[in-house]
Amino acid sequence: MTPSLQALGAIVAKDLRTELRTMRSLPAMILFAVTTFIIFRFGLDRTALSGSLASGVVWTTLLFAAVLGINRIFLPEREEGGFDAFRLAPVDRPVLFVAKATVLFLYLVVLEVIVVPVFAVFFLNDWSGLVPLIPVLLLTNLGFAALGTLISSMAVNSRARDLLVPLLLLPLVVPLMIAATGATSPLLDSGGPSFDKFGTWLLVLGLYDGVFCLVGYAVFDFLLED
Amino acid sequence: MSGRGLKQLSILTTLVMLAGLLLVFFWVPMDDVEGFRQKVFYIHVPLAIVALVGFMAGGVEGFRHLRTNDRRHDANSYVFIHMSVIFGVAVLITGMLWAKASWGHYWVWDEPTLVSFLIVFLLYCTYYPFRYAIEDRDRQARYASVFAITAGAFVPLNFMAVRMAESLIHPRVFATSEGGLPGSMMFTFLVMLVAVGLLWITLVKLELLGKQTSGQVSKLRRALEAEGFATSADPEGTVGRRIAPNLESR
Repeated sequence: MTPSLQALGAIVAKDLRTELRTMRSLPAMILFAVTTFIIFRFGLDRTALSGSLASGVVWTTLLFAAVLGINRIFLPEREEGGFDAFRLAPVDRPVLFVAKATVLFLYLVVLEVIVVPVFAVFFLNDWSGLVPLIPVLLLTNLGFAALGTLISSMAVNSRARDLLVPLLLLPLVVPLMIAATGATSPLLDSGGPSFDKFGTWLLVLGLYDGVFCLVGYAVFDFLLED
Repeated sequence: MSGRGLKQLSILTTLVMLAGLLLVFFWVPMDDVEGFRQKVFYIHVPLAIVALVGFMAGGVEGFRHLRTNDRRHDANSYVFIHMSVIFGVAVLITGMLWAKASWGHYWVWDEPTLVSFLIVFLLYCTYYPFRYAIEDRDRQARYASVFAITAGAFVPLNFMAVRMAESLIHPRVFATSEGGLPGSMMFTFLVMLVAVGLLWITLVKLELLGKQTSGQVSKLRRALEAEGFATSADPEGTVGRRIAPNLESR
């Protein structure tokens, strides 16, 4: 095991342990998502959803719940001196990027494991589209994780942190949302899932993830300098 | 330094722009389908292309700033993006006018180029509050460069994703591989593209020169103050100058 991998494991384990003990992000994200479903129920005045409406509701909700988590991902490092400790440690700086992106990815997986079934119970008549939804969710999570970590690390050292994360992140994830909803809405069609352009959208998601994982990895060095 | 050749460049820009406009209004044949309103194409599309190239050039300058840690590249990146945002406003306005004239609506959601341009424009609009929110000057420059690189990579990906999502029902002027545009129209378009590009370069140079001059003025003023010749009511410079990169030679 190389030192970088060891450091990566240590940071991820530290973050997950802190989250388990303090519960400062995940419960809020889940509660937010479930409440948003209820608001959509009355906002749209529909008791069942399918197709593009269903995919719009599920992705909008997941996006805003993710923003809540992204806002806080670097907060303990800043408030409790984690950045200074990390700078002192003899570890490559992009390791912190990979570690935080991994943690964010895991948060999003947990969020979706709870929230997507809740969505299905609330709104979906046909659950057969949920299994092929898994790769779409995972690829989109990767994009959220890479971009969210990058944006959050930029915003955490500024004055308007809570404001900047959604402001910068939302335009950046528009293509991700286009591809995710494009792949999801035929899956949730009322007449059973169809795979219209499914592979193409997965390819777009993968390409987007690849580009921004690389960009984040490459520029993260400059965000930690002081 | 940036001021060198500015006069000649301004004259050249004016001449090419004038020639381009003459071609647009008096030489190039009317479009068979769209008629007179198609002429907005000759200003709208060059503006959009120049703005997008400017955004990506801002990313390249941001990259160079991170590599060299030279403040001038940050200033270039800032001015490139700033100027392209201003051009972007013109793109959106001319685009909406064209949409109203051609399709009867100011905004058409299934025109992918218009939608992707709006997304890119909104992203770059956040550049200003982002810079403003970071107080430390070195960090501000560094973070702004990271933003410029990220957003620069985003521009082509965004266009690809939006185009895939929309049905291609609207005129793709260049899309038909051969002879999509008659020669005279292509020539006029290229002249206008050069003219708008020159306009962008001239304005960027002017803006950089202004920044440099005001940097020098405040440096001289400080030197005077140190000698006890003058007092300043505003020692830090005006508040608004804070988000613009500092070009004082150090």
